[in-house]
Amino acid sequence: MKAFPLSVKNLLRNPGRTIALALLTAFLALSVFGGSVVVIALRSGLQSLEARLGADIILVPSEARSKVSFQNMFLQGTTGAFYMDASVTETAMQVPGVEKVAPQTFLASLKADCCSVKIQVIGIDPDRDFTVQPWIARSLTRELGDMDVAVGCKVEADIGEIIRIYDQRCKVVSRLESTGTGLDTAVYCNMDTMGILLSAAEAKGISHKLTSGDAVVSAVYVKVKDGYDIDAVNTALTGRLRKVTAVRTRSMMTGVSDSLAGVSRTITVMIVAVWVLALVILLLAYVMMVRERSREFAVLRLVGASRRMLGRMALLESSLCGLIGGIAGAAVAAVGIFSFSALIETSLGLPYLLPPLPVILLLAAGTILLSAAVSAVASAFAAWRLSRTDPGTALREGN
Amino acid sequence: MSLLELKNVSKIYGDLKALDNVSLHVDQGEWVAIMGPSGSGKSTMMNIIGCMDKPTQGEVLLDGVDISRESSKNLTDIRRDKIGLIFQQFHMVNYLTAVENVMVSQYYHSMPDEKEALEALERVGLRERARHLPSQLSGGEQQRVCVARALINHPELILADEPTGNLDEANENIVLDLFAQLHREGTTLIVVTHDPEVAEAAQRTIVLEHGKVAREVINENFGKGSLQ
Repeated sequence: MKAFPLSVKNLLRNPGRTIALALLTAFLALSVFGGSVVVIALRSGLQSLEARLGADIILVPSEARSKVSFQNMFLQGTTGAFYMDASVTETAMQVPGVEKVAPQTFLASLKADCCSVKIQVIGIDPDRDFTVQPWIARSLTRELGDMDVAVGCKVEADIGEIIRIYDQRCKVVSRLESTGTGLDTAVYCNMDTMGILLSAAEAKGISHKLTSGDAVVSAVYVKVKDGYDIDAVNTALTGRLRKVTAVRTRSMMTGVSDSLAGVSRTITVMIVAVWVLALVILLLAYVMMVRERSREFAVLRLVGASRRMLGRMALLESSLCGLIGGIAGAAVAAVGIFSFSALIETSLGLPYLLPPLPVILLLAAGTILLSAAVSAVASAFAAWRLSRTDPGTALREGN
Repeated sequence: MSLLELKNVSKIYGDLKALDNVSLHVDQGEWVAIMGPSGSGKSTMMNIIGCMDKPTQGEVLLDGVDISRESSKNLTDIRRDKIGLIFQQFHMVNYLTAVENVMVSQYYHSMPDEKEALEALERVGLRERARHLPSQLSGGEQQRVCVARALINHPELILADEPTGNLDEANENIVLDLFAQLHREGTTLIVVTHDPEVAEAAQRTIVLEHGKVAREVINENFGKGSLQ
């Protein structure tokens, strides 16, 4: 208790020194909190993507061939469309080892008078879908009706609002939870609504490249039965279906996972580098302070402070500096991460899902405590030296 | 009654005998000056009496306790409870105001009491400067704050090392007047000084030379001067 008011007065009345030390720990806190949140967001994004894909194999038209473009639709929300005959769904279902199939049809709206926004529209079959439907069901307790749409969290439309897609009026009935993937920028409708929208698009000159009137799908998600080899089923599907490419989701996920591991590694290396640098600077700063403050500590020894009291006071001061720096660093990192979330997501080109608030608060609290602890550890030697100050010698040197 | 007694005290640094078999005693309530040229052992003696250092040989009895054998922690306690220290340099904590510098002594002794600290400052004529930082005080004012800090816990012994060495005549007189007041109240004073005028204010002067007591001078005029 006795050390506290002195420590606080010292920090307040030496603002330059306090700010410099707090700034150093702020850099530590900023790097560890910011870096951790980004890494967790990337991992959550990957998990969310895995959950949303939920399939073992995805069938797409050969024209879509590059899974990169397909991948970009999922990861970055780029708009696009490719079509194949809807019969692919039933054909795939007949292949041995296939447990479930879920067709989806894509349509990109235009940045034109006919459309409220330029977005990706995805038609699903609610009865068969096992990828997107469970996600929609969390926000909408009933099935999507005709001309109803559920919108991703990044689509600027509120529930009850009407959005125009190729001059067709669609009612927003649900806003979906964030997934951190390109799915957040799309709107979802049932297949009947998609049929109407495809016709409307065709009327505007946007052809889906198949004979008018044919039922089309863009992708078919395939779930393989337990006990079947996914590669074997994949080969069987490729053999059975013409002009269709079967993409194993694991290979798609592996690519994303590899990129994520690379980004995580880079962030970790940066955090370690910042920590080593800041720790060395902090250590030097505190050691330099020993000389500057030895006279002050000698005076305190003379008026009755014990070595333990002085050591505790020095540690308390550095911990308070660390605490202030930790709070400042975590706050700046939080502001940066929340303000530039979209920019970070775009720059990384990876699924990015910010962790829930309690996790962020826990991380912030941990970072702040860690900053205070690191600051105390960095000052431990200086505190020990100061507490051993020989008052007679120190004051004679002062003279 | 003896408050302080040094028995055959030596302090040896390698080949150098800073104090060489020194014996002396100081009675309770006595005002003693210690004089001597540079290197005579004055500061070494002050550090030993002030519980800041230990002798190599001999005994130092302070209020009956041999402080030459006490642990560092006990020396801190003894210094805090029994001794008020004043130095030539005005050793103040530079981020604390005048009153806080006095209160810091109370912090470590018992309980800080601002009213009492302000009264101590009033006694040294600095009540109006209580909220000033050391950088806002003159040298004389800083030394008077140090005097107030030294006497705040009512120590049995005031130990002053060249207390007027950096003061002008006016402030020197103020400090010596304060010492005279403390002496009248029964406080024991040991003042290390180069200045014969300061030494003449004391009852007795002990002259050190080459680490030994060269002579003792009783001030026949003590109690007759303007300070008394």
